[in-house]
Amino acid sequence: MEDLVIRIDIRKTLHSSDGVMTLDVKMEVPSGTLTAVFGPSGAGKTTLLRMLAGLTKPDSGTIHFGETVWFDSERGIDVPPQARRIGLMFQDYALFPNMTVEQNIRFAEADKQGGYTEELLDLFQLREFAKQKPARLSGGQKQRVALARALVRKPQLLLLDEPLSALDAAMRVRLQDEIIRTHRLSRATMVLVSHDLHEVLRLAHTVVCLDQGRITVAGDPQRVFSDPSISGKFQATGQIALIEKQDVVNVVTVVTGNNTIVKVIAFDSDIEHLSPGDRVLMVSKAFNPIIKKIERDE
Amino acid sequence: MDIEFLETLLLTFKLASYTTLILIVVGLPVAWFLAYSRLRLKPVVEALLSMPLVLPPTVLGYYILVAYSPRSCVGEFLARVFNVRLAFTFEGVLIASVIFGLPFMIQPLQSGLRSLPESLREASYTLGKSEAVTFFRVLLPNIRSSFITAVALTFAHAIGEFGIVLMVGGNMPGVTRVASVAIYDEVQSMNFVAANEYAFILFAVSFVLLTIIYSINTRQTSWKIW
Repeated sequence: MEDLVIRIDIRKTLHSSDGVMTLDVKMEVPSGTLTAVFGPSGAGKTTLLRMLAGLTKPDSGTIHFGETVWFDSERGIDVPPQARRIGLMFQDYALFPNMTVEQNIRFAEADKQGGYTEELLDLFQLREFAKQKPARLSGGQKQRVALARALVRKPQLLLLDEPLSALDAAMRVRLQDEIIRTHRLSRATMVLVSHDLHEVLRLAHTVVCLDQGRITVAGDPQRVFSDPSISGKFQATGQIALIEKQDVVNVVTVVTGNNTIVKVIAFDSDIEHLSPGDRVLMVSKAFNPIIKKIERDE
Repeated sequence: MDIEFLETLLLTFKLASYTTLILIVVGLPVAWFLAYSRLRLKPVVEALLSMPLVLPPTVLGYYILVAYSPRSCVGEFLARVFNVRLAFTFEGVLIASVIFGLPFMIQPLQSGLRSLPESLREASYTLGKSEAVTFFRVLLPNIRSSFITAVALTFAHAIGEFGIVLMVGGNMPGVTRVASVAIYDEVQSMNFVAANEYAFILFAVSFVLLTIIYSINTRQTSWKIW
């Protein structure tokens, strides 16, 4: 297979509500992998994705797709999105309201016979909605249409912008499977923007963590998210709900992924950089956790 | 009904229809440009195009008339190269009416385009479609109600055009005399019966037309998702 590694080295000044931020990213995306760009909102994730798509122009730098130059500020090259042969799934799906599901997918197909559209309608189980307008579909159905439409040009690079953010937890898991299947099917390089830890751990081969416009850490998701310097016996992630001061210590209330409430005692120095809403990792070193089977009836 | 009465009405609707058709062709690309351009001079262009909304027709009518005069560079050029004189002709009135109708066509289209999510346009681009294909197959079908409003407003406004026609075209029966001018003329000569006939027809036609168009509009918006 042709080596289509994506080499990105770009800079752009962004004006957001929090002031001016410089997006400065240098990274490589290996051909055929699924890479997640992870970080808090406002970190520049979506802008990075849009630059790959050719929808946002970097201030300076280069973007190479294999041997092809997509962007080079010095040589004045900026290949338009139409010529990049990509598929982009927007956060709001951007389905065309005036077209039916089938027309939405067929719209992009180069072959007017529409053979691949038919194939995708079957693959994504959209046959029964084919003649419906997108407004009448559920969130999950819309996502399947958007995925099918992004694939119809057989893109070499598939970009997904927060694909599951608008869906509830049960639907997420189902659609994560859909994305994994899509990746196997198309064998395209995929870049996924996410601020959901579970999503990244489940889907990505590589994760690039972005904060304030800069890459803080990158690599295998399992390794990135379980820092070996911590190496605890018990770990859980959660979100801080409350920090209460009691005499000399503080009680931090954390809600974990499965909605369990955990109270952690912390000193002032521990909570210096913590505030409610932060995602945290809880580690216990000294004590052995007690293990117990969960009974079905409980 | 006498022949002059019918002639005047026919001319009125001819002027309004031609104005609307020309403005559809001119207005669509201009609205597209104004909706998406990041040109620094855009506010100036927008202000110029909206002048007919705030200025009395006599002001722009005066400038247009001056431009048509063979002594101005525009009028001189037209007379020399095309042997065309525009003052007090139907063509001259038509051009003036098009200029005057610009904001009524462009503003609804522009705000319709701006109300669409950016992602629709961008999605079409990433699917390999040109700006023209995107405009006619994705954007325009989704601002159908804005389009209908723009056409209705432009047509209704052109039917009732008075000041600009009088300034640029005068009151020549069968050439530049439209119903609104005829009403004024009949009232001046104390001929209230004729004035009433013109006035009633203008009122009724505009009212029926707008009602039909707005009821279509209501039905259209009901199946839209935003």
